[in-house]
Amino acid sequence: MASSIPAPVLADAPHAAAPARGGARARRTARLVTAGLAFVALLALVAAAAPWLAPHDPTRQALRGRLAPPTREAADGRARLFGTDQLGRDVLSRVIYGARVSLVVGLAAVVVGGVVGATLGITAGFRGGVTDSVIMTLADAQLAFPFILLAIGIIAVLGPSFPTLIVVIGLSGWVSYARILRSQVLVLRSREFVDAIQALGGSVARVVLRHILPNVLSTLVVIATLELARAIVLEATLSFLGLGIQPPTPSWGGMIQEGREYLDTAWWISTFPGLVLMLTSLVVSRTGDWLRDLLDPTLRGE
Amino acid sequence: MSFSMRVVLGFLAPKLLRALVAVWLVTTVVFVVMRLSGDPVPLLLPPDAPTSEIMRVRRDLGLDRPLPVQYAVFAANILRGDFGRSIHFREPAFAVVRGYLSATVELGLTAFLLAALVAVPIGMFSAIRRNSLVDHAAMGLALVGQAAPTFFLGILFILVLSLKADLFPTGGRGDWTHLVLPALTLGAFAMASIARLTRSAVLDVLHADYIRTARAKGVAEWLVIAKHTLKNAALPIVTITGLQFGTLLGGAVVTETVFAWPGIGRLAIQSIYNRDYPVVQCAVFLSAIMFIVINFAIDAIYGLLDPRARPR
Repeated sequence: MASSIPAPVLADAPHAAAPARGGARARRTARLVTAGLAFVALLALVAAAAPWLAPHDPTRQALRGRLAPPTREAADGRARLFGTDQLGRDVLSRVIYGARVSLVVGLAAVVVGGVVGATLGITAGFRGGVTDSVIMTLADAQLAFPFILLAIGIIAVLGPSFPTLIVVIGLSGWVSYARILRSQVLVLRSREFVDAIQALGGSVARVVLRHILPNVLSTLVVIATLELARAIVLEATLSFLGLGIQPPTPSWGGMIQEGREYLDTAWWISTFPGLVLMLTSLVVSRTGDWLRDLLDPTLRGE
Repeated sequence: MSFSMRVVLGFLAPKLLRALVAVWLVTTVVFVVMRLSGDPVPLLLPPDAPTSEIMRVRRDLGLDRPLPVQYAVFAANILRGDFGRSIHFREPAFAVVRGYLSATVELGLTAFLLAALVAVPIGMFSAIRRNSLVDHAAMGLALVGQAAPTFFLGILFILVLSLKADLFPTGGRGDWTHLVLPALTLGAFAMASIARLTRSAVLDVLHADYIRTARAKGVAEWLVIAKHTLKNAALPIVTITGLQFGTLLGGAVVTETVFAWPGIGRLAIQSIYNRDYPVVQCAVFLSAIMFIVINFAIDAIYGLLDPRARPR
């Protein structure tokens, strides 16, 4: 019987984690969000304070101290907690400096993708008609092929640099913003307050900036957090493939690539930056999930 | 008959349009990127080639013609499967890429089957024994699997299962043992996603009224699950599983590079290093087309199976 078939679920069922509004559950989610944001803040602090925090110069080579295993006390009496790499550089210091590349590229890409995606999504929802159809067809088309392949092609030709990486990674994410914001604006547009402002002579720009944007801000924050995790992993992946930030600037993806050849004798070169990357990706994406539960439970399934 | 045909066409037409727009976008971006890459002629000729020779090659390649004409010629060539000649292999780019295709398909299919065969039972078990130790462990692992960068997962597998435990070779293509680690790496994200989504699909059904009715009637629990739950949860699970197949292709580039697997993803990366742009373009284009076709097919099949997925 057709009526007995449940609607397809595309994400967690709502009862798997009930909307976290009010009660102990919401307080727990709020605490988790705080912890997640604290982690990101800590990472940003580490990246900003890298010159003071890093125990060694991340690019200084010491050929006699190559491939040294992690130790509390190296030959010079100083700690090398993550060991040294194939050129004798301190892995811990490089992981600390690597946070800079991850965060700068990740955050900038989120801004690029967010501005482009929000602008197109709000325009599509507000204008409707042909504009809406064109923008949404473009969005669907972009989702219809693996963007990483194009990113690789584009970077291969233009050459890897901070601006290229930021634009390519940023543009790879605009669709998520556009689709979700469009559907929210569609609902907001039909509300009375929008008509009232326009009847009172409020311009479209005023309606969008003063009245639509504040209403979709929490959604924007949720998508941006989830996108940050994706951008950081994509940057590391491109660096791993040799298409990201070029040596000697330390980046997590690049370090994992460099350590690959020494995996058998010096596992620590790849493993430490990899674990930090994995932890960052996990915490940031979970923070996005928790934020969503807290701010906007209706977003589940997007 | 004509009515249902109209319904099917009305449902398929927008999806087909979307797929065609995607193909056109890929073609255009490949063309634009190729133009941005600068003049390919110096790559084809020795550095001391005379100007007359350079002019001749430019004319042969059609580079002296206006851009719109070049674009039309480029699109027409692609439709005929002509992607130009590989600079590195000195044969048609399409023939080069085709030679690497079977390895990618073999890896992709294995990873997909592995992911589906492991994840669906785990997801079901997690739903049926909700909040059990196994459920928590499996879902925790799935969260890590979804967040873990594919390339680092591959490195970890090599380090632990290949170098330390010596269970599998570190890379290359050979007997079935060569396939295990790459397939596990490539399939990890899909496995995690399918397990989580299967769990919520089954949970959804377990809460439905007709399940309560079946239980109230005194139907044995195993029969409730086997007959009523699985049957009704099957459609969303099949859809979700199918959609994951498309995303596998994107990960193939990374996995093939990590495990030195001779597929088109690794070929594309190596061709970038060789500055062999015709091969890069051909590999990117063919991967994108495969991805688009698979997604279109799954979309279409889903719509045909489930009338409610069609627009009213």
